[in-house]
Amino acid sequence: MTYPVEQNEKFAAYAHPDRLVSTEWLATAIEDGALDGGNLVVVESDEDVLLYETGHIPGAVKIDWHTDLNDEVTRDYVDGEAFAALVASKGISRDSTVVIYGDKSNWWAAYALWVFTLFGHEDVRLLDGGRDKWIAEGRALSTVTTAATPADYPVVERDDAPIRAFKDDVLAHVGRPLIDVRSTEEYTGQRTHMPAYPEEGALRGGHIPTAASIPWARAAAGDGTYRNRGELEALYLGEAGLNEGDDVVAYCRIGERSSHTWFALKYLLGFETVRNYDGSWTEWGNAVRVPIVKGAERGAVPAGR
Amino acid sequence: MNTSALPAALADIVDDFQALTEAERLQLLLEFSQGLPELPERLRDHPELLEQVVECQTPLFLTVETEQADGDSPERVRLYFKAPKEAPTTRGFAGVLHEGLDGLSAAEILAVPDDMPELLGLTRAITPLRMRGMTAMLGRIKRKVVASGDRQPSAQS
Repeated sequence: MTYPVEQNEKFAAYAHPDRLVSTEWLATAIEDGALDGGNLVVVESDEDVLLYETGHIPGAVKIDWHTDLNDEVTRDYVDGEAFAALVASKGISRDSTVVIYGDKSNWWAAYALWVFTLFGHEDVRLLDGGRDKWIAEGRALSTVTTAATPADYPVVERDDAPIRAFKDDVLAHVGRPLIDVRSTEEYTGQRTHMPAYPEEGALRGGHIPTAASIPWARAAAGDGTYRNRGELEALYLGEAGLNEGDDVVAYCRIGERSSHTWFALKYLLGFETVRNYDGSWTEWGNAVRVPIVKGAERGAVPAGR
Repeated sequence: MNTSALPAALADIVDDFQALTEAERLQLLLEFSQGLPELPERLRDHPELLEQVVECQTPLFLTVETEQADGDSPERVRLYFKAPKEAPTTRGFAGVLHEGLDGLSAAEILAVPDDMPELLGLTRAITPLRMRGMTAMLGRIKRKVVASGDRQPSAQS
C-alpha cells in the first residue's frame, strides 16, 4: 500500500508531483507514525559514508551508494538478488513508499533513487532539499542506527534499457539531445575532475560531441530544493534547447550528478525517455577511438557517421 | 609491510583497526572524527596559513609547524587540521594522522610508508576513491615537513 501523495502548489506544476515530498510533509508523516508499519521507509544516501552515523532523520535507514549499490567486481550495479536482500534488510517491501534524502542537494539520493528505478520499484520519492534543509530547519535528528524489521522483497531483474545508456548507445546518440552536467572546467577540458575533488583518472579532457553544458547544481535552489517548473523549463528547454518529446541522455563523470538532472528531466519536466549514461566521462574520456570536443562549443557530429 | 615500520602511536592505531570487524572499523573512524582537535585560535582566524588537500572529497585544510628543540625536549612537528563536521570520513582520517603523528620528529614522519592508510583495513568499506584522500593527506604532510626543514638551515647540518 503506498502512502498518499503530497499536494502543494510548487509540486503540482511538475509533471509527476508524486515523486517529491517536502520536509514539512515528511516530519508530519513521521509524527503520525507512518514509519511503524513499513508503508513508508525513509532512506539516507550520502556522499560521505559516515554522515548518517553523525545524525539522521529519526527512523531513517542508510544505503551507501558505493558499498551497497555497486557490484565490487563487475563495474555494474548489484543484481536482482543482491538488491532484494539489501532492501529487505532495510525493511522495504515491493509496495513500500520509499523517501530518499541525502547531502549535497540530494545528489547521491537521486543516484540511489535511479538505482531503485532500475529495479522498477514503483513508489520512490525524493525529499526536496534533502539533508541540509532538514537540518537547517532545526528538525529532529537521531544518532541511533535504525533497527529495521526485515521485510520480504521479490527478486526482480534489473531493467536497464529505459533509463540507462551505455557507451555504444551514446555513440549512436551523438547529435541528438545530450546534457553534460559537469562543471564548465570539465566540459571545456580544462580539467578532468570536479574542482576540489580527486582526479579519477580520465586521460582526456573535453565533452561528448554536440552535448549541451548545464551544470547539475543549476537545477537546485540555494536551499537544495529543485527549482520550480518555470525555472527548469528556462534552463533545459530554453538554454539547452530541448524540445518536448526529445529522447535525452545525461552524463557527468561517474553517473551521480547526472542522476540529479535525470530526475529533473524525467519527473519534474516529464520527458518520457531520459537515460543516464553512468559510464560517463571516466569511460568516455578514456575509450579508444571515441571522439571528444574540447572548448566551450558543443561541436559537430564527427564526419563519417 | 607490517606495523613494526611505524611510529609507536600510529602502529597502535593500525593494530586497533585491524583487530576489528569492518563495521566496527567504521565506528572507530567516526570516533577519530569526533576526537579531531579544534584549531588553535591563532590559526582559526588565519585560514591563509592552511593549505587545502584537493584530493579529498570534502574541504580539508592542514598545516605543519616545527617546534624547536628546547632543553631536554627535541625538535618536534605539530600538525593542524580543519575539516567540516559534514565530512566525518575526511575528519576521521585527519584524526588518525593527528593522533598517530603529532609531536613526532620530522625524520619519524618522513619514514612513514606512503601506503600506510591501506593498513587500516578500510579500503573496502570506504572505497578506494575515498581512501585516496587519506593517502593524499599523508603525502601533503610529508611534503610540508620536507619544505619546513629546507627553510631551516640548522636542520640540514
